Amino acid sequence: MSPLLLGAANLAIGILAVALLLCLVRLVRGPSVLDRILALDTLYVDTIALLVVVGIRFAEPAFFDGALLIALLGFVSTVALAKYQLRGDIVD
Amino acid sequence: MTDPATPLLDWLIAALLVAGSLFALIGSIGLAKFGDFYRRLHGPTKATTLGVGGVLLASALFFSRLSGAVSLHELLVTAFLFVTAPVSAQMLVKAALQDDPAAPKKRGDATLSPKG
Repeated sequence: MSPLLLGAANLAIGILAVALLLCLVRLVRGPSVLDRILALDTLYVDTIALLVVVGIRFAEPAFFDGALLIALLGFVSTVALAKYQLRGDIVD
Repeated sequence: MTDPATPLLDWLIAALLVAGSLFALIGSIGLAKFGDFYRRLHGPTKATTLGVGGVLLASALFFSRLSGAVSLHELLVTAFLFVTAPVSAQMLVKAALQDDPAAPKKRGDATLSPKG
């Protein structure tokens, strides 16, 4: 692990933390339910990026399985929430 | 500044990491700052997806070099995200158009009037 890569990973972790905070702002303030669903969707996508960068930072591939799990569950939960908002029912 | 011992691949991975996280940040700024829901949808669906793609590409390069074999797990997640992001965005817009009283209700009525 070169110092350049270490610095870039630390910088990326900081930038992604700011991005997560901005999503949290929209999650708390968002006027409609759909804004909150969109904020949650963005939160999980940013969390995938954060987990991958942390995995690079510590040179540990195990973080990646968590990112894969979040990708799968996040998509299903976003579709379920949007579907509920659309029809008032998840399975139709 | 330029360290001759740093290989070119390190520069590439570092650039992809920083550029990817900056794209994710731009998407989140769009989500936090834009005025209504349809505008807000643009940041997360495009900029954030591209940013995560860049970070995952950096991860693929990094772990390919670390293990000495081609690491393809990252491309799996990248493909999955690039397929699912438009689907969830389309579901969200469908729900938003249903709740929006100003939205056109019939299929042929394509002229969306700009809101304010």
